[in-house]
Amino acid sequence: MTETSPSFPKDLIDLDDLTPGQITCVLDAAENFKEVSEREIKKVPTLRGKLVVIFFHENSTRTRLSFEVAAKRLSADTVALSASGSSLAKGESLLDTARNIEAMRPDALVIRHGASGVPGFLARRLKFPVLNAGDGAHAHPTQALLDMLTLREVKGRLEGLKVAIIGDIAHSRVARSNMIGLVKMGGRVAVAGPPSMLAPELAEIYGVEVYARPEPALEGADAVMMLRIQLERQSGALFPGAREYARVYGLNRERMKLAKDDAIILHPGPVNQGVELTPDLYDDERSVILPQVTNGVAVRMALLCLLIDNPDKE
Amino acid sequence: MTSILIKNGRLIDPSQNIDGPRDMLLKNGLVAALERPGALPEAGSRVIDARNRWVLPGLIDMHVHLREPGHEYKETVASGARAAAAGGFTAVVAMPNTSPVMDKAEVAAAVMAKGRQAGAARVWPAAAMTLGRQGEELAEYEDLKAAGAVAVTDDGAWVTDPKVFRRVLDYAAVTGLPALSHAEDHALSKGGAVHEGRVSTRLGLPGIPAQAEINAVMRDINMVELSGRPLHFCHISTAGAIEAIRAAKKRGLPVSCETAPHYLFLTHEAVGDYDANAKMNPPLRAPEDMAALRAALTDGVVDVIATDHAPHSVLEKEVEFIDAAFGVIGLETSLPLMMELVAAGVITPGRLAELMSTRPAALLNLPGGSLAPGRPADVTIVDPDLSFALKPEDSLSLSKNSPFWGRPFKGRATQVIVGGIIVHELAKAEG
Repeated sequence: MTETSPSFPKDLIDLDDLTPGQITCVLDAAENFKEVSEREIKKVPTLRGKLVVIFFHENSTRTRLSFEVAAKRLSADTVALSASGSSLAKGESLLDTARNIEAMRPDALVIRHGASGVPGFLARRLKFPVLNAGDGAHAHPTQALLDMLTLREVKGRLEGLKVAIIGDIAHSRVARSNMIGLVKMGGRVAVAGPPSMLAPELAEIYGVEVYARPEPALEGADAVMMLRIQLERQSGALFPGAREYARVYGLNRERMKLAKDDAIILHPGPVNQGVELTPDLYDDERSVILPQVTNGVAVRMALLCLLIDNPDKE
Repeated sequence: MTSILIKNGRLIDPSQNIDGPRDMLLKNGLVAALERPGALPEAGSRVIDARNRWVLPGLIDMHVHLREPGHEYKETVASGARAAAAGGFTAVVAMPNTSPVMDKAEVAAAVMAKGRQAGAARVWPAAAMTLGRQGEELAEYEDLKAAGAVAVTDDGAWVTDPKVFRRVLDYAAVTGLPALSHAEDHALSKGGAVHEGRVSTRLGLPGIPAQAEINAVMRDINMVELSGRPLHFCHISTAGAIEAIRAAKKRGLPVSCETAPHYLFLTHEAVGDYDANAKMNPPLRAPEDMAALRAALTDGVVDVIATDHAPHSVLEKEVEFIDAAFGVIGLETSLPLMMELVAAGVITPGRLAELMSTRPAALLNLPGGSLAPGRPADVTIVDPDLSFALKPEDSLSLSKNSPFWGRPFKGRATQVIVGGIIVHELAKAEG
């Protein structure tokens, strides 16, 4: 955004694509963009005449809405595609869809897909920027960036913070991107979940602490990130049930005492209230779940600008 | 039929304990004579000068998928047989997961006939163990054997019911058809895309634990113990399975196994950024598994190298990684890769001949596997010093799903002779 801002890669697939300097640059830009959302006329002309294709192959309310709002506040035109509304429902292959989108000459593609690896697959085949809005259990970089923006706003820094991430780590793209991003920015990450929800070699790959119980992760944490539990996974014997999960892993006032007094509570949403955390904590002043949503728009505005308006792509 | 005299070569034939200079005369489709260099008359024969080359009993790949009938856009019997010959093979064994499944004599007979028409490597069908490869009812082994089948296997599927599997072993043994097991505990592997470990975690993909293979191998070994019947394990990929098979052999049980070249050269890290050409079943494993497989090549626990040649088109591979079909082609890269192991001192040339010819021929009672006079004239001549790299457009397979394009190879088949007929000869420009 400024003359000293670092150049950016063509795409954003995961946070391993960005250096700490680039991450800081995104967060700084997002902070500036937050002001736009407070104006009476919440719009800047930065991306006027640009077309952003927003392709959601998997259901999502907030991420999709967030990207649309972000693009519109930058004056970009948006086209939203969903799996059922596109030819994919008629059996068109991913490759064909990509080629057809390309033929329409958009300026960026925002993609959410249920299969890990799809955004990278498309990015290698498309000439314009691809932004990963979440792929399978792989990555959700914009979520991690908005989490980091929220943390930085409240705590004033990322370096040295202890962040506990609790829940289904194995199947969570949010956890993966946050582990990469927070560790990269000098944070200390402790993940916890039932053994069936911890993936092999987490500590070695991501440089995080791994626990099968929430208490050691919560101990002295500056922030607690609770992950959404997919209740349907109960059938695969991944966990005994919502009741036991809430008892052992759920966040409540008592358990929250293990964290620092000023610790904040994050959740990527949507929340299973009473499972991941008790309803009173959702509304607690320490909860930043709704500010996360506001920050999501700002982070996505920053990324759309940086990638579309990216004269010196790496 | 003209005769062929192969002169000045280094003949490597473990079946006769030969590794040295020999001239060989092929006549009427058989090996007619083996003599010291210069001892056989050239007159009346086509002469092949095999100076600085290895003369091997024809290589046999006992595990390939030729996709016919049913998926001829991926491979046909003819294209597969030609790719096999180009890779140095004189015979291949085609797996039964065709459409219709090779559980009826007619299907086996049709594949036999197409193989003969191809005039390249010999094609032997492996019939299904159970009807439709469903693991429930036995196929008619006598009928299938009469039609040309040389083994039974439900490859791609494991016979989960131990009682059914016990019957399979009994009937196969009585029929004289070797049983080949695709050992995979599906309850543990279902839904998985890559080896469970570092890479599955990093990529957010469901994993296939090593124990999916080990569980199945151990159950199968128990059934071998119960029935006393022999069993061969297909495409072993894990250190744990090797350990179990080693122990079973030590106890004197009639088990054998094969592994594929890709498990000897690649680990799960080859999946990289969701490369579907590194997706196969069983999956590429951890470095420890690769090391254990290499060690088992030398100590004899691995009996056979087979490619598990599994052609798929871009329609199955250029898709979401989780939906991409399992498998890679291997017929034209198998020998060059194994030559790399010879050059690295992991195996001797004689051991290569055992793994790729003598043992598979013996296990499946196939003609070939030996260049003793009177045996079929199935011969592979290899230039061990020939450097090359394979490009997709040069491959004779109809499918191009290989992780080895462009790899610098040294060692290639220059002539491949089946039944006394040269079915593949490298052009001078290439050689």
